Amino acid sequence: MYDGGKIIVGLIIGLGLFLSPFFYNAGKAAKAPAPELTPKAKEAKVCVEPASYMRESHFTLLDEWRHTVVRDGERYYKGSEGKRYYKSLQRTCLECHSNYSKFCLECHNYLDVDPYCWDCHIQPEEKK
Amino acid sequence: MNFFLSIIFSFFAVVVVVLIPWIGVGALDLRVLFGIVIPYAAMATFFVGIVVRVIDWGRSPVPFRIPTTAGQEWSFPWIKRNRIDNPKGLGGVIMRMLFEVLTFRSLFRNTRLEYRRVNGVPKIDYEWEKWLWLAAILFHYSFLVIFLRHFRFFMEPVPAFVTLLQKLDGFMQMGAAPFNGFGLPGVYLTDMLLMAAVTWLLLRRILYSQMRYISLPADFFPLFLILSLGFTGMLMRYLLRVDVTKVKELAIGLFKFSPAVPEGIGVIFYIHLFILCVLIAYFPFSKLMHLAGVFLSPTRNLSNNSRFVRHVNPWNYPVPTHTYEEYEDEFRDLMIEAGLPVEKEPDATAGSEEKE
Repeated sequence: MYDGGKIIVGLIIGLGLFLSPFFYNAGKAAKAPAPELTPKAKEAKVCVEPASYMRESHFTLLDEWRHTVVRDGERYYKGSEGKRYYKSLQRTCLECHSNYSKFCLECHNYLDVDPYCWDCHIQPEEKK
Repeated sequence: MNFFLSIIFSFFAVVVVVLIPWIGVGALDLRVLFGIVIPYAAMATFFVGIVVRVIDWGRSPVPFRIPTTAGQEWSFPWIKRNRIDNPKGLGGVIMRMLFEVLTFRSLFRNTRLEYRRVNGVPKIDYEWEKWLWLAAILFHYSFLVIFLRHFRFFMEPVPAFVTLLQKLDGFMQMGAAPFNGFGLPGVYLTDMLLMAAVTWLLLRRILYSQMRYISLPADFFPLFLILSLGFTGMLMRYLLRVDVTKVKELAIGLFKFSPAVPEGIGVIFYIHLFILCVLIAYFPFSKLMHLAGVFLSPTRNLSNNSRFVRHVNPWNYPVPTHTYEEYEDEFRDLMIEAGLPVEKEPDATAGSEEKE
């Protein structure tokens, strides 16, 4: 090889960068998040929409609520099950899901998501 | 292949690439194949392919310095030289390579030939064309940021630089758009820039006749592939949501060599993943290898020192030489016998060497 040393060093650096996730995760316990439901949430059994939809798209729903409430003044949401809900983060969502650190943060930290809920809303105190 | 066929061909190739996982996972539920086997195979192809390709390049000799420069060479002290564009040593070469790799400097010098008619007289213009450079740099940096942002799925715990990138990228909080459905607060700038830039890179191949003439399926296919990769990614982020927690579990499992496919990830994710797999598996065989190739550009990474360093062509044929000195050494005695003049007297040679 011509200039083999330089080329191989460059190749190792380049591939090392691409392979970094392999090195970074090696030997670490990758624990999947396990959000906890409060007793009240367990009792209710259903959320506003089915659990799979909520897991995937809860923010879409929240965003829609925000827009329709703030801009159009529509305060009621009809779930796909036919039940009517009052559109409010604090009074509807957090009513059941009052365990912010065990419910929300569990996945949000895992995926490095940082929604700015508490810029406007008051973060509820968690009851131990 | 003509231009129209090239586009059709590459477009349908990408449609097939999208349909394979759609049917494979959506209808046949081959999640292990599309979630584990194909990603590993694609990664192996990517890494082995790059190594083989780069080593192959490294084995090709570059016999001479290629002084394709845009600056004055180092010569006399009273002639001002250009240290970066015509470097004499390693420092200048490093600077030139940094500018080339990080700012696409030679692309910035791009000009475009244009024919015009001024008052019925044909005229040639060399237009100072910056759109290609602009689209290229937007595209590459957006792609880099998007790639690094994806490390939130690749690494656990998520490193701080990823958090920072996400914050910067989403700082406009464009989710507060006046309509629903595109509603995440973090609508990323790079997503938009990437799509816009790739669209332009595609359009220029269609709109400019010269570009149309030289464009091949190998040019259109990566563009369509990247467009569909970006499109499915954005679709997944903004509209057809998938369970990202499970996506990360899958990704981490792959990187920890303990792969498992969780239930309940939407098909759109497998389409996105499969497009990526095709892209990286295709990578070492395609023009995309300029990722590694830019570092091996002989006109950029060699200092222009041909005037004061001798470079011997490495493939020079070994010519057997027989110099006059060797000839005389061989036949000296016979020459003296025949009365021919010799340069070194047999007695004097040993003596003179010692004196010196």
